[in-house]
Amino acid sequence: MTLFIEQMLNGLQFGVTLFLLAAGLTLIFGIMGVINLAHGSIYMVGAYAGTVVATQTGSFWLGIPAALAAAALVGAAMEFLVIRRLYQRDHLDQVLATFSLILIFNQVITLIFGRQPLFVATPEFLSGSIEVLPGLLYPAYRLAIIVVGLAVALGLYLLINKTRIGMLVRAGSTNRDMVRALGVDVRLLYTVVFGLGALLAGLAGFMAGPILAVQVGMGEQILITTFVVVVVGGVGSIRGAFFASLLLGVIDTALRAYLPGLLRQIMVGPEADALGAGISSMGIYLLMAIVLLIRPKGLFIPKS
Amino acid sequence: MQMKMAAIAAGFSAFAMAAGLTSLPAQAAEAVKIGMITTLSGPAGYLGQDIRDGFNLAIEEGKLGGVPVEILVEDDGLKPGNGRQIADRFLTDEGIKLFTGIVFSNVAGATVPEIVDAGAIFVSPNAGPSEFAGKGCHPNYFVLSWLTDTMQGSAGQNASDLGYKKAFVLAPNYQAGKDAITGFKRYFKGDIAGEIYTRLDQTDFAAEMAQIRAAEPDVVFQFQPGGLGIAFLRQYQQAGLLGTIPMVISEPSMDHAILKAVGDAAEGLNVSGAWNTDLDNDTNREFVAKFEQAYERTPTMYAAQGYDTALAIASALKHTDGNVEDTEGFRQALLKTDFETTRGDFHFGPNQHPVQDWYAMQVVRGEDGELKLETRKKLLEQHGDPFAADCSY
Repeated sequence: MTLFIEQMLNGLQFGVTLFLLAAGLTLIFGIMGVINLAHGSIYMVGAYAGTVVATQTGSFWLGIPAALAAAALVGAAMEFLVIRRLYQRDHLDQVLATFSLILIFNQVITLIFGRQPLFVATPEFLSGSIEVLPGLLYPAYRLAIIVVGLAVALGLYLLINKTRIGMLVRAGSTNRDMVRALGVDVRLLYTVVFGLGALLAGLAGFMAGPILAVQVGMGEQILITTFVVVVVGGVGSIRGAFFASLLLGVIDTALRAYLPGLLRQIMVGPEADALGAGISSMGIYLLMAIVLLIRPKGLFIPKS
Repeated sequence: MQMKMAAIAAGFSAFAMAAGLTSLPAQAAEAVKIGMITTLSGPAGYLGQDIRDGFNLAIEEGKLGGVPVEILVEDDGLKPGNGRQIADRFLTDEGIKLFTGIVFSNVAGATVPEIVDAGAIFVSPNAGPSEFAGKGCHPNYFVLSWLTDTMQGSAGQNASDLGYKKAFVLAPNYQAGKDAITGFKRYFKGDIAGEIYTRLDQTDFAAEMAQIRAAEPDVVFQFQPGGLGIAFLRQYQQAGLLGTIPMVISEPSMDHAILKAVGDAAEGLNVSGAWNTDLDNDTNREFVAKFEQAYERTPTMYAAQGYDTALAIASALKHTDGNVEDTEGFRQALLKTDFETTRGDFHFGPNQHPVQDWYAMQVVRGEDGELKLETRKKLLEQHGDPFAADCSY
């Protein structure tokens, strides 16, 4: 039982990391209609900036503002210099332009930091494990990620549903042209939304640093899963992104943890392991295919 | 909405696109062209970078073995399809007869047959899948590094020597991962408490950590190359397993770059491999000093293997006066093994794979407070591989 709870916590932690990325992506996609493949690059920029500052100053905490600032700045600059020219263009042009941004970012990072992965230490008081339930030790750092992720989700909920900016964001994702017609400075709104999305991606990147490897190309590894989240949750819906992130995080973890074991009941050990690994890596894509068949607009978009 | 979905699909497929091209400037017109297909982009990019840099270190004033050479380097991006395309282009457009560079077994699996079937020679600086060592061996295919099976087997031998009885094993779900687990089991004399194949693009191992803890093994063996290994080790430490369940790994999971990135989580780990910076022979001492001076970083085993590959090719070029058109002559020259390696005693087995020594190492804290990999003892002496018996030309 403790093993099961631990695996669910693992799924939750993976889910909130996905959410931090998916929230920005779905906003940018839903409101501006831009496909930003370079979202993963911002995640990488956040991770590198935070890691470098944390290593140089010796303080993990100083790394957080550095990661956020770098990601938001790079995001805003990206919007101002490149994305702004793409709003009226075809989606294929957007894909091409933002894909080239990925290559540019990867190469620039390689030029500055080299190909060797960077090291960032876990802050001292988060480095141990906490006894969540009797007999269930869970890494403190992962718990911290869950807490931060849920706090960000709550903050976003309040921002989107209770503030004026949030109202504009909601209006923008439902009917862009009407918002513009009512005299709202859409350009500014776009830059703010893009910067916010970038900020969250940077936060996700920095928090992933002590768990994963801070290295070139780290963004692309998670970006595809993030797109799956956006599609499953429904384009433009923060709520959808939140539930889809958690759903996919938990399903992915559960498949990896339990499928080989279940298959081993009915077939030989090594074959079950290999087949289980194969199916579990397809799991979230299968889910996406099913969702697209049944609810093409995503699970959390109300039928209109 | 349909537009958006179509665009997402386009986004997905964009990732399948090829990665960049890097080529050294052309040298003398009659120089022997060597095609280096290696992995330079993405998280595993440092592997190919070290192979390339190690290889280049052996080139003196544009010459290998006194013969002018031109190295054409291309990035396969860790995609088998890319590797095959590059090989195709090198063979037909450039007329290249001599290839090296491939890092990953899955790229080698798609690319090497293309090269050797076209009558060119491939000298592997790293990839060593078992499928080309036994029945699938080829006279034009040489391996200068090791077989994945033997490399991971050395960890099995190490675990047995250290007295462990019950092992939990993990590797990514691809050819080299399967070779790794087979190899480990071949040399490990105890029982297997659990076996997990992870995804090759997986970076979060929390689910696996929980399973390891539940299985309560004596020892964990894992093979996660490059960045995956870093993530795995740090999560192993964060999960509180580092102090409770010891781990044996082989050098691809703990090369000198990973060691730096992992930090304290690596201290005390038992590692095994065929090369280390402290191996006591002249070629190695010279290589480490030259590499550190030229590139201002500690070389990894990939760099050493790249260097050894260059030395091997240099010896064959010298014996044949740079005639690579006569592949049989070049083969025989290479088989003379008239070259030193950074790994000391080295010769080719009947399947043109290495016969060499294997060492047990441990991550310890040096006098300067830095973690380093220290060679402890010889695990296997002049050891070949079990596939050689199936190979006949």
